[in-house]
Amino acid sequence: MKHLSDNYQDIRDGVRALCAQFPAEYHRNVDEEKAYPEDFVDALTREGWMAALIPQDYGGSGLGLAEASVIMEEINRAGGNSGACHGQMYNMTTLVRHGSEAQREAYLPKIAAGELRLQSMGVTEPTTGTDTTKIKTTAVKQGDRYVINGQKVWISRVQHSDFMILLARTTPLAEVSKKSEGLSIFLVDIKEAMKDGMAVKPIDNMVNHETNELFFDNLEIPEDNLIGEEGKGFKYILTGLNAERTLIAAECIGDGYWFTDKVTAYVSDRQVFGRPIGQNQGVQFPIAEAFIEVEAANLMRWKACGLYDAGQPCGAEANMAKYLAAKASWEAANACLQFHGGFGFANEYDVERKFRETRLYQVAPISTNLILSYVAEHILGLPRSF
Amino acid sequence: MKVLVPVKRVIDYNVKVRVKADGSGVDLANVKMSMNPFDEIAVEEAIRLKEAGKADEVVAVSIGVKQAQETLRTALAMGADRAILVIAAEDVHTDVEPLAVAKIIKGIVDEEQPGLVLCGKQAIDNDMNATGQMLAALLGWSQGTFASEVDIEGDTAKVTREVDGGLQTISVKMPTVVTVDLRLNEPRYASLPNIMKAKKKPLDEKTAADYGVDVTPRLEVVSTVEPAARAAGEIVGSVDELVTKLKEAGAI
Ligand SMILES: Cc1cc2nc3c(=O)[nH]c(=O)nc-3n(C[C@H](O)[C@H](O)[C@H](O)COP(=O)(O)OP(=O)(O)OC[C@H]3O[C@@H](n4cnc5c(N)ncnc54)[C@H](O)[C@@H]3O)c2cc1C
Repeated sequence: MKHLSDNYQDIRDGVRALCAQFPAEYHRNVDEEKAYPEDFVDALTREGWMAALIPQDYGGSGLGLAEASVIMEEINRAGGNSGACHGQMYNMTTLVRHGSEAQREAYLPKIAAGELRLQSMGVTEPTTGTDTTKIKTTAVKQGDRYVINGQKVWISRVQHSDFMILLARTTPLAEVSKKSEGLSIFLVDIKEAMKDGMAVKPIDNMVNHETNELFFDNLEIPEDNLIGEEGKGFKYILTGLNAERTLIAAECIGDGYWFTDKVTAYVSDRQVFGRPIGQNQGVQFPIAEAFIEVEAANLMRWKACGLYDAGQPCGAEANMAKYLAAKASWEAANACLQFHGGFGFANEYDVERKFRETRLYQVAPISTNLILSYVAEHILGLPRSF
Repeated sequence: MKVLVPVKRVIDYNVKVRVKADGSGVDLANVKMSMNPFDEIAVEEAIRLKEAGKADEVVAVSIGVKQAQETLRTALAMGADRAILVIAAEDVHTDVEPLAVAKIIKGIVDEEQPGLVLCGKQAIDNDMNATGQMLAALLGWSQGTFASEVDIEGDTAKVTREVDGGLQTISVKMPTVVTVDLRLNEPRYASLPNIMKAKKKPLDEKTAADYGVDVTPRLEVVSTVEPAARAAGEIVGSVDELVTKLKEAGAI
């Protein structure tokens, strides 16, 4: 395929060289064993990739979301799954931008050195779903501690992380003028919390994604672990959520190229009725269409990255990038599976695994419908439906 | 000791090579380019010599188009200390011939006075396997080609060469030109912090004229053709059938 190099070629080459040490078979085995790709994440950490967003003064490389997104894209493009480690990327700016100097000094150098992982973000709850401001988990100040009670669901990588950024209500909904007020975010030391106050229950799921239910029963955390000001947590968590959406857009773009490359190679080779199946326009067009959509989604991803890195509002662009990219990768996945025929269902082709993995991004971290409703109501100004 | 490592920007080994419609060469427009894999091995060896305390500076040099800057950044990210880019062509399709490259490197050697030049044994684009040898001749230095092991002790280098019959170990006088083979080492890949550091390392830009070298081609490419397509295979059901078929084909 035609190769156009961009400003990130050095990063792409570096990540590709690392990923080349972990061939498809590695990721296939991890998936089959429902294991965590420990060696792969360790290698990414050791080679400094997981510290890309940490400022240089704290031992990282001080890069922006654009570069971080290239790292995630390349992992998925190489046949891996960034889902195992993207949490650290999207959490990082929340801590860098909104954490206190003391917090930055306490955690960032250790994260950069690979001694600590900050891979989890606890937002979603079972009874409120996407209606985030209605979350029921509370944090009540008692002396120099906050006491947390409530429940979370689908909280990923908890068993492979040292810290989690947790969203909880500090002022009851009834007492705030705007529903987005009165929420706060905290750094939770996972291993400490699991000793007393937080129970973790893994959820078996369709993709190999380590994700859990969390139960908080009078979990006490030091007041120093509050990030930023009390009550302003919703604004801070958006820093993480917008990064997450943009990074996941990039992951979907990596998946999209993986699928179009994989299926293009296969249909050029596979002979049925005495000619390559890729000679049929019925086969060509869905692949071409998916490729066009991946390329187009990529443009919105750069727009979101640009705004994010400039510290500008980017909620709309981050959401739209995620929408377009998740849709494009899903269409590419569908074409890839379809034109592999029966072979697409055989694990050894990796298509079914990547197909399951990319499907997630229609639902998480925000479902397609909710993006449509956000654009309809917040961008187009249509009447609020909820 | 200073080590000089010439590195070439070549078509990436993963890319499916396409011949240009007019047969004048291979299409390189919008194609992924990388460091010649043998040169990666040479860079790695130079860095290992530095890590072992046998070298104190590693200088990477590339001769070609301006874009070879990226190849030099890769060498810097692997661990080279600084780089010299000699711009000797404008069009990515222009291949500077081995003799011109060797003359330019000689100019750099005269200026830099390295104790060792580590080259790849050949570039994977046109497989000339000539530059290192020509350079040694121009410099009047010893040479050790196709190295699978290099051991430097004071004034001499012990070079194990991969030759057709097996391995040959020779002892050469320093300074020397060594061309490296595939099994010498496994090159490292660059970590993110090293990629960041490489952006700040010095990269000097020169031209062929700075070394008084005329790069006008002396060779003419008459034609370039794709290798013959491989005929389709056939799946056989048993060993007996295989033997019968091979006999039929006159292969056994
Ligand atoms: C594998 C996995 C990992 C996850 N990891 C994390 C994590 O680490 N941290 C975290 O906080 N969360 C995580 N999540 C949660 C994820 O963000 C949510 O599942 C997602 O936001 C959807 O919320 P919900 O499941 O409650 O669905 P619901 O909100 O119940 O929605 C269900 C469906 O109804 C539709 N719907 C709901 N309301 C409307 C409406 N008003 N109009 C139209 N349609 C509507 C939605 O689009 C969706 O299709 C993860 C989820 C999964 C599956």
